Amino acid sequence: MMQPERNYPELNICALISTGKHPDSHRARRAKQDARAVEMALSIAPKQCQVIHAGNPQEESLRSYAGMGLDQIRVLVQQEKTDVVPVLRDYLRLANPDIILTGIRAESGESSGMVPYLLAEQLGCPLISGIADIVSVKEGVAEILQALPRGQRRALKVKLPFVATVDMAAPEPRQSAFGPASRAALDALESTVRHDDEVWQAWSEAPAKKRPRRLKTVKAKTAADRFKAATAKSQASGGKVLRDQSPSEMAKAVFDLLLEEGVLR
Amino acid sequence: MSDIIRRDPRAEWIARNRLHPLHQAMQQNVAEVRGPNGLIRKNPHAVGFIGPNGIKRIDRLNGNQLTTLGSRRSGATKEVKLPLHRVTDPDYYIIVVPDMVGGRLSSHDRDVLGQAHQLTHEIGGSGAVMAVVFGEYREEHFDKAGVDRLLNFTGDAYESYSPELRVAALALTEQQFAPRHWLFPDSVAGGFDLGRRLAARIGERPATQAWQVSSVQTICRGAGGTQDLTRDTPRLLLLAEECAAPIDETRHEVLPVTTSAVVTCRNKIEDCGQVAVDPNAIAIGEAEFILSSGNGVHNWDQFHQAAKVLGATEGASRVAVDAGFMPRFRQVGATGTYVTARVYVAVGISGAVQHLQGIGQCEKVIAINTDIGCDMIKRAALSVIGDSEAVLAELIRLVDAYRQEVIDDAA
Repeated sequence: MMQPERNYPELNICALISTGKHPDSHRARRAKQDARAVEMALSIAPKQCQVIHAGNPQEESLRSYAGMGLDQIRVLVQQEKTDVVPVLRDYLRLANPDIILTGIRAESGESSGMVPYLLAEQLGCPLISGIADIVSVKEGVAEILQALPRGQRRALKVKLPFVATVDMAAPEPRQSAFGPASRAALDALESTVRHDDEVWQAWSEAPAKKRPRRLKTVKAKTAADRFKAATAKSQASGGKVLRDQSPSEMAKAVFDLLLEEGVLR
Repeated sequence: MSDIIRRDPRAEWIARNRLHPLHQAMQQNVAEVRGPNGLIRKNPHAVGFIGPNGIKRIDRLNGNQLTTLGSRRSGATKEVKLPLHRVTDPDYYIIVVPDMVGGRLSSHDRDVLGQAHQLTHEIGGSGAVMAVVFGEYREEHFDKAGVDRLLNFTGDAYESYSPELRVAALALTEQQFAPRHWLFPDSVAGGFDLGRRLAARIGERPATQAWQVSSVQTICRGAGGTQDLTRDTPRLLLLAEECAAPIDETRHEVLPVTTSAVVTCRNKIEDCGQVAVDPNAIAIGEAEFILSSGNGVHNWDQFHQAAKVLGATEGASRVAVDAGFMPRFRQVGATGTYVTARVYVAVGISGAVQHLQGIGQCEKVIAINTDIGCDMIKRAALSVIGDSEAVLAELIRLVDAYRQEVIDDAA
């Protein structure tokens, strides 16, 4: 599906990306939400968008972002298990972008989803979570569609600059092409400060255990109650049945139920 | 009188004959009979009473049965009065910020409240669980969910999307109560966003997607759900679903708490309200309201019109899809999509097992069908037996009239 071409050459957009991790094979890949953030940045300002990663510049999965048509990816060099927020904050203060886009949660590391919140707090700009689209940017005010559960959308207006996390409901990212991916420059920026994350280093990690399913426990006090709980059929009572009535009466019953449930908007 | 003990054969006969009308009167109720060796003797024949059919009945429940019989006769199940859990002078607070989807506690919220009480038990002392609720609410059973204190921020500003204001309110609450723990449900319904905002504001490092929490150690999911991180329990926790069992054996006081401070913040985000979404653009798996068609639908134009008028997402059974009337991605059931709709209207669907599996999570099912014996009728909360075309036509007319009325009222 073609997105309507919206071009805002005056906008300065940053997309923050992380290395993804396939949930089954655990192979490094382009993170799904971050790729959507890059896609959104590219569709709004294809020339002015800057894609930033804090981590290892040798990471091969960064190339799959570059294959979306990026000339370069700015990598702020950081070691494993370090706090990336200070270095990102310092960089973004200098770059001073109008819009900072990123995914909701990373697929690797702690994946707490805190980075955009901490950046917004420390840069002093508003944060909008889970956006589906940026409809327009006019006179320093952006109109945004926020994704809500059950496919609903909410319209928001926010002044630039702002931080936004991109929901899975946003337009799908374009394919990554091999040629541009290998041609793109991974521009590594060595940083003098290093913020070791001692708290994280104290944690122990293990492959995710399957969580026990909650059992339906019967807390009956008497034998009669236990007997009832063991023999009661679920959905034992069929609902109300209307027959041999005029269609208008039956339709009224259906209409009343729909109204009561609040699904008629 | 002589010392000779005389037998009274008639009295003995009456004593033996339980059916004799004088039997009950002849029985002497001697409390305690001691045998020749000093042991207490019980007369087993004196136990019980003669029932209406002349059969001896023994009540082994010591009269308790009478009350249950009475309640059964009245038909209504008697509400069990749960013991009240009181916290008079709390040493510390654990604050829970529930999502309150639709103004009511969700099951996730209840789990989080259960976790809060589990933490107070482990920490010991008298800890109170406080729930912070924004805006109007419709929940009536905070007491049974485990809310000791209720802090309600009211005002028009809280009714719309106002994350900045809510965080400012929570930051004030932090200052005033200095709770031992902050607990949020880590859910898309709101806890995800609000919890992280507060964590960033007060500078706490939260545990996210925590699923096993004790007062010292927390296990949470990291790396996109592929790793378990074991760590010390922080002050601020964002809890996964089913983290703990909800409260079900106690009642709680739900004492209202007020704050004197006035919440102010500069709102940089303006809420322009929800946008009307094309219901057919919503993925069928997450649609809230589905109008589904099966073999019994013949007038397809009318069906599509009905879906449009009702504002429902269209679904279909396998038969309708195989016949080419609906696209494959609309198919509901084990071979298609499992749906989670709150209201599911099945038009002319008899309800194959695979289809019923697919609608297993739906709350309210409405069936419109000509066959009263079909399985869908057994599943449905409301079934209408009749020609679907006539019923849908009437339904379209009713909804149109309702919409017109709403517009007239607004004008």
